[in-house]
Amino acid sequence: MNTAAANRRLLIKLSVVAAGMFGFGFALVPFYNAICNVTGVNNLIKRDSRPVNTQVDLNRTVTFEFDANAIGLAWHFSPVQRSVRVHPGEIVLVEYEVVNRSNVAVVGQAIPSYGPKLAAAYVRKLECFCFQQQTLQPGEVRRMPVQFVLDGDLPPDVNTITLSYTFFEVNAAAGEPRSGSAG
Amino acid sequence: MSAVLDTPGHHEHADRPTGITRWLTTTNHKDIGTMYLWFSFTMFIVGGIMALIIRTELFTPGIQVVDPDRFNALTTYHGLIMVFGAIMPAFVGFANWLIPMQIGAPDMAFPRMNNLSFWLLPPAALLLITAQFVPGGGAGVGWTMYPPLTVQAPMAMDLTIFAIHILGMSSIMGSINIITTVFNMRAPGMGMMRIPMFCWTWVITAFLLLAVMPVLAGAVTMTLTDRHFGTSFFNAAGGGDPVLYQHVFWFFGHPEVYIIAIPAFGVISQIIPAFARKPLFGYTSMVYATASIAVLSFLVWAHHMFTVGMPVEAQLYFMYATVLIAVPTGVKVFNWVATAWRGSLSFETPMLFALGFLFLFTIGGFTGLVLAIVPIDVQLHDTYYVVAHFHYVMVAGALFSAFGAIYFWLPKWTGKMYDERLGKLHFWLSFIFFNVAFFVQHFLGLAGMPRRIPDYAPQFAEFNMISSIGAWGFGLAQVLLLYIVVKTIRSGKPAEQRQWDGADGLEWTHLPTPAPYHSFETPPVLK
Repeated sequence: MNTAAANRRLLIKLSVVAAGMFGFGFALVPFYNAICNVTGVNNLIKRDSRPVNTQVDLNRTVTFEFDANAIGLAWHFSPVQRSVRVHPGEIVLVEYEVVNRSNVAVVGQAIPSYGPKLAAAYVRKLECFCFQQQTLQPGEVRRMPVQFVLDGDLPPDVNTITLSYTFFEVNAAAGEPRSGSAG
Repeated sequence: MSAVLDTPGHHEHADRPTGITRWLTTTNHKDIGTMYLWFSFTMFIVGGIMALIIRTELFTPGIQVVDPDRFNALTTYHGLIMVFGAIMPAFVGFANWLIPMQIGAPDMAFPRMNNLSFWLLPPAALLLITAQFVPGGGAGVGWTMYPPLTVQAPMAMDLTIFAIHILGMSSIMGSINIITTVFNMRAPGMGMMRIPMFCWTWVITAFLLLAVMPVLAGAVTMTLTDRHFGTSFFNAAGGGDPVLYQHVFWFFGHPEVYIIAIPAFGVISQIIPAFARKPLFGYTSMVYATASIAVLSFLVWAHHMFTVGMPVEAQLYFMYATVLIAVPTGVKVFNWVATAWRGSLSFETPMLFALGFLFLFTIGGFTGLVLAIVPIDVQLHDTYYVVAHFHYVMVAGALFSAFGAIYFWLPKWTGKMYDERLGKLHFWLSFIFFNVAFFVQHFLGLAGMPRRIPDYAPQFAEFNMISSIGAWGFGLAQVLLLYIVVKTIRSGKPAEQRQWDGADGLEWTHLPTPAPYHSFETPPVLK
């Protein structure tokens, strides 16, 4: 085999490697999500398991503050109660209200965030409107529940937790938000 | 030699276009190598001017010269231009010039693709430079281009992303060319374990480039579609995750560190034996050490992001894997020292730069080990300690090696000898001012000064002032390099065929000085 032909064959092989690595870059996205799912990292919009210890700790009280935002949506979104005081281990139910003030049906997805960030690991959500996309008809008003249990392992220096939800439009161009987790 | 000069049908210069057309259409590896080197030097000056504006702003606390947005853009484009515009093209330039001569090949395997690889660079550079001046200003996102900033940045970000795409294509084609040349075009009798160390390091680097440049292209493509086409890979607003970007970026970014360092190792492995007048100590172990560094570089990326919040098991793994890289790197350093040990040493300019490299790169390696330790990294993350660390490996490492290579091969390229006195002056100015500029930055980092800030607390003032003086000195010393090179080309004394009596590559033993335009059209006969 002459050199030119050998060179061409190697060129093709190496080009395939480069193209494959370009694909690999994109393959890292589902891979990352799968890892996050398996290890439970970034588990924000999925149901949590109940805490093992269900003993209610009446000696400790943690204040929960609720916040709501809607970005890029003509929605009015607010918590029904601004704050509640919670004992670790008790099952808490709060509600959020959302109003679609536009004259078209809109699909939104809520993403939670916590302050302080480490609280995310200790708030076990049993029910949440953020587990599904919400479709609101024009003018529709909806009250939506969040049910959670605060894990008693929360570090003792945390006395106040802010739970904030932000609604984002699931727009047609973007299609479905990536499934699995928020991450 | 005779085969080179008397090839029928190749009357030198007869059928070659002249003027700009020659350079636009050339497929000659030496022409292309020269263009790479001049391009690299131009970008080095551009990136250097940016660095000097940064250091001038940091000369005293407060905002003096540039506003914070411009400052952030300057640090971003200084980094991108130095990495992708100056250092990488410099070593590709050396590869073009040297690999065909060192393995006895007439040219690179794909000369036309080689031309394209080079001519993609100027448009990319233009994009990176003009990005500073478009409406909205430059994208002050840092050279690592983390979201969410990149998703929100002005249109300069799009120019930057396209520049990265173009640079990536250029690098990938260059890599394919180098691998194919070394694998298929060696002179008969030159087995893979006989090629000079510089060629080995470039083969390994080319594989790294081939593996990671497409991943970077993917990462910036995802950023681009997040910005404009409604995807949410990194955009938290749509359920994406900015941390994912950091993983993808550093999967590219850590091997990138070795893409810069490994060809520099190759150059040092040529220079030290030549001036010790001894063959390279432990050639085989050098090859395996370099290859293991390359393999390990894929397994340590998350040590750049210890503070992002990862499980402690992951932190431990990435810490130990990172420390493991010190083993093959140590093999290389000890081999270089052993090469010099009891050699008939002489200290011409290339050797000075090689020894400067050895000394300062080792310091940079040690500070890297310090940063690999998770609890220390949490403290030092994004401080000037990190800035000092990577400038020790990028500037005193890669750049000193490139300077050494220029002085070492300039006689072969131009046929003329540089001014040894000025060369040594250039070395000492660079060496001293480099340390003045960057050594104090370790102290700044340990004291807690964050990187990428235009203003700082007054207790950092003295060290910043010293660092700025060093930076200006280092920058001005590089004007001397330009003067030395131009003076050599214009009026250097004729160089000998084997200018360095310890140099034993084919380019010294089988080719006249200056190296003829076409070399090894018939392969050399090896003993």
